[in-house]
Amino acid sequence: MKSANQLVPADSGHKDWTPVLEIATKEVFELMLGSQLADAEPSKAEGEITSTVALAGQLCGVMSVSCSLKAAARMASKMLGTEPDNGGEEMRDAFGEICNMVAGNFKSKIPGLGDGCTLSVPTVITGHDCSVHSLTHSGKLAVTFLFEDMPVAVMVEIHN
Amino acid sequence: MSDVRALIVDDSAVMRKIVERSLRQAGISLTQVLEAGNGAEALGVLRDKKVDLILCDINMPVMDGLEFVKQLAGLESAKGVPVVMITIEASESHVVQALSCGARGYIRKPFTPDQVKEHVVSVLAAKS
Repeated sequence: MKSANQLVPADSGHKDWTPVLEIATKEVFELMLGSQLADAEPSKAEGEITSTVALAGQLCGVMSVSCSLKAAARMASKMLGTEPDNGGEEMRDAFGEICNMVAGNFKSKIPGLGDGCTLSVPTVITGHDCSVHSLTHSGKLAVTFLFEDMPVAVMVEIHN
Repeated sequence: MSDVRALIVDDSAVMRKIVERSLRQAGISLTQVLEAGNGAEALGVLRDKKVDLILCDINMPVMDGLEFVKQLAGLESAKGVPVVMITIEASESHVVQALSCGARGYIRKPFTPDQVKEHVVSVLAAKS
């Protein structure tokens, strides 16, 4: 897979980071789950479960990954080599780790953010109609993929 | 690569499982896998148990991976045991810092079993 380590210049605007988010997400799914994500039209994925990781420092914001419980269970199953477990603690932790790795991979591809941006531990929220909204944000990156034909929405709300 | 006793240090239990699974997928024959949730716990484990290899995260509560590697140098029972960092921190400065603290390898998350194998085989070969 193509590396995006130098995909964007350090002083580029947030809008140029969408391809970086796409590659960062696809790499995590390919390397950790052995799954190829398909591009999908932007849409509201079934947000039955959402994992968030806060970013602080040179880039402040919140990254979120949202999908159906079935998709999250399948992701956890592929990552752990176990049977799908709908809604169990291990499934939630694995789903949180996916968001954590996407956030880490994303920041590592933006020059200057590797040392200048720290990540929180992931938080996983389950339930329908959950939306992530952080106040006074100045930008948003959003991409949608299909994971085994199930939509997965990845979003970064950027504060600065 | 057979009969390896490994200690996996990560504050995420699920990530410890994933790392163990990757070692097995990589063909590393593990006779024992010990776990610790942070550097301080890991030092406690190593006072009582012998291992051949340590895989360690960097960002952990209580004692992070870099501090753990520094303190490991003073632990007689763990002298010479190679440490491979497995972390989302990918910057050059993190790698340099980890290696200067005493880590022998550095794997960035996300990773493949092949990457784990490459690093583990390399550090175990250097040890022997």
